[in-house]
Amino acid sequence: MPVEIPKEVLKNFKCYTPYKAPEGLSVKKQLGMFYTMNLIREFDTKVTDLWMENKIYGIAHSYVSSEAIAVGACAALDPEDYIVSTHRGHGHCIAKGSDVKKMMAELYGKYEGYNHGKGGSMHIADVENGMLGAQGIVGGGIPFALGAALSSKVLNKGRVSIGFHGDGGSNQGVWHEAMNMASAYKLPVIYICENNQLAISTPLQNVTGQSDLYLRANGYAVPGVLVDGYNVFAVYEAVKKAVDRARAGQGPSFIEARTIRFLGHFVADDQWYRDLDTVKPYWSLEPLGRMRAYFLDNKLAGEDELKIIEQQAVKDVEEAIDYASNDCTEPPAEKLYEDVYAGGEIIK
Amino acid sequence: MAVITYRQALTDAMREEMQRDETVVIIGCDVAYRGNPFGVTKGLLKEFGSNRVIDTPISEAAFTGMGIGAAGTGLRPIVEILYSDWITLAMDQIVNIAAKLRYMFGGKINVPVVIRAPFGAGGGVAAQHSQSLEAWFNHVPGLKVVTPIDPYDVKGMLKTAIRDDNPVIFFEHKRAYAMKGEVPDEDYTIPFGSAVVRREGADVTIVSYSYMSIRAQNAADELAKEGINCEVIDLRSLLPLDYDTVMRSVEKTHRVVIAQEAHIRGGIAGDIIAEIVDKNFDILKAPPVRVGMPNVPVPFNVGLEAMVIPNESTIKDGVYRVMKSKVGSV
Repeated sequence: MPVEIPKEVLKNFKCYTPYKAPEGLSVKKQLGMFYTMNLIREFDTKVTDLWMENKIYGIAHSYVSSEAIAVGACAALDPEDYIVSTHRGHGHCIAKGSDVKKMMAELYGKYEGYNHGKGGSMHIADVENGMLGAQGIVGGGIPFALGAALSSKVLNKGRVSIGFHGDGGSNQGVWHEAMNMASAYKLPVIYICENNQLAISTPLQNVTGQSDLYLRANGYAVPGVLVDGYNVFAVYEAVKKAVDRARAGQGPSFIEARTIRFLGHFVADDQWYRDLDTVKPYWSLEPLGRMRAYFLDNKLAGEDELKIIEQQAVKDVEEAIDYASNDCTEPPAEKLYEDVYAGGEIIK
Repeated sequence: MAVITYRQALTDAMREEMQRDETVVIIGCDVAYRGNPFGVTKGLLKEFGSNRVIDTPISEAAFTGMGIGAAGTGLRPIVEILYSDWITLAMDQIVNIAAKLRYMFGGKINVPVVIRAPFGAGGGVAAQHSQSLEAWFNHVPGLKVVTPIDPYDVKGMLKTAIRDDNPVIFFEHKRAYAMKGEVPDEDYTIPFGSAVVRREGADVTIVSYSYMSIRAQNAADELAKEGINCEVIDLRSLLPLDYDTVMRSVEKTHRVVIAQEAHIRGGIAGDIIAEIVDKNFDILKAPPVRVGMPNVPVPFNVGLEAMVIPNESTIKDGVYRVMKSKVGSV
């Protein structure tokens, strides 16, 4: 049975589209996407617990319930393509194929982590793998994605670049500047707005004249589309189309992947500023349940098979936690000044 | 050796590096077709095409950020901020992205971007086209800050900046574009963090950089006629800064004046004095003196403007002060 979506939810969440895999996307790949979504869900669920237990230092932002966006988008990319992430970056990193062990080690501040313990959750990066890093400045990575696309164009690399950002980032000046420049230079960049409609506690429509963000793109002569941000296939199709366009030299696209933020801005945000009862019915939209039901209803996979995938994700995260807790080391004090400058140069 | 202008030194450095390395590109307002307002990038569009010499909209934050992103993915962009005052618009990209990425990412990325920024006062362009903001960047680990003034240094250090794997802020003095100097015909580079003693002297050390080092040499010539022999140091780069040369000189003269064009408060001069005091307070025979711009915005009126721009006479006053006073008079 498909997940039942309450009428009130359907009325308010206008971009809802039922799960249906696009033609040409193999069941194997669909199940792979299901695994990655589960891996993100499990990773960030555990990260929240670990943060509460004081095992993870600093701050962390959960990607739980947004899994369809990162996974749908990255599934449409080639391995050498680029993504630029946000402060809420774990999902992007996992979707790009990064190793959850090295990610967890980084969140634990360990030397074996992707950033040698110098970045943490908010700056997680796997540059070799095209994951050009999470940025703690809202909207700060938007020009960086533009630059990655410029490199690709100037050096004829044929790579595309995705600039993830949120509705908050879309109100930064650089969003508008970058959209204009991407359009003017026809750069192979795709801007994906994860519109969860809340900037920490501030509702998008309270501070935004045109809160149908996808409509803005037209003002920059960039194709803009709105998709159900909980529907991994809808995201995949929109991004695939944008990737094809970018690779053909036709320039940028803008995709508004709309969701509703279910959880707090960061892992310990109790959201006192909103009535969480009004949010509850919308949980029916969350992507994992809908994708699961789609597989079962269409007999693309059986219950047992899905359970194995789900358990694999749990196991992989358990191993990552075990690795970060037991097999990793603290960054040595003598590494403090290392990596401020390239080539081992130290300027004190 | 050929005698060329400061402007030509910049153009030649960029042209030669672009010929040598196809990843070098130029990004900025008016850099391509017009060849920049000071003529610095003239001819480069024709030689290298619009893929590598890129006119931008007036969007400093995004085009600087684009240069930074391109630097992180295989290019070596030279980003031009038309007047350095407007670097404020790109500050987040420079301070929070360019300077931080390598460290935050555990050394997994390089950001080899050069940001060229014409600075300095004069000519009645008033408060928003006259500033010297180098101290802001010196405060940020991860950046390099260079201020060469001699055409020989300008060419060699711009080449070094382009080949450097770190973000470099390259401050050009607007008054200097027509200045001439001898430059070798062959390829050469000049390392950062190596100051030059422009004039030797035993009585006072004047530490300065960019256009103020020229004024300092003029002031030293005049002071020599009065029997005060100044040693003039041109720092050439501020981050890294060659404290060895500074200390060697102050150990000899025991008196130091630091001359900058920027506002005195929060400036490079104060920082250098703090370093000297930290390193060896005992060598000082007199309290160190800062020479710089009074803490007011640069006014438009020619007379008022002349009152704020530090010059030969301001430097001489600084030297007189340091000659008259002494440490330990309490």
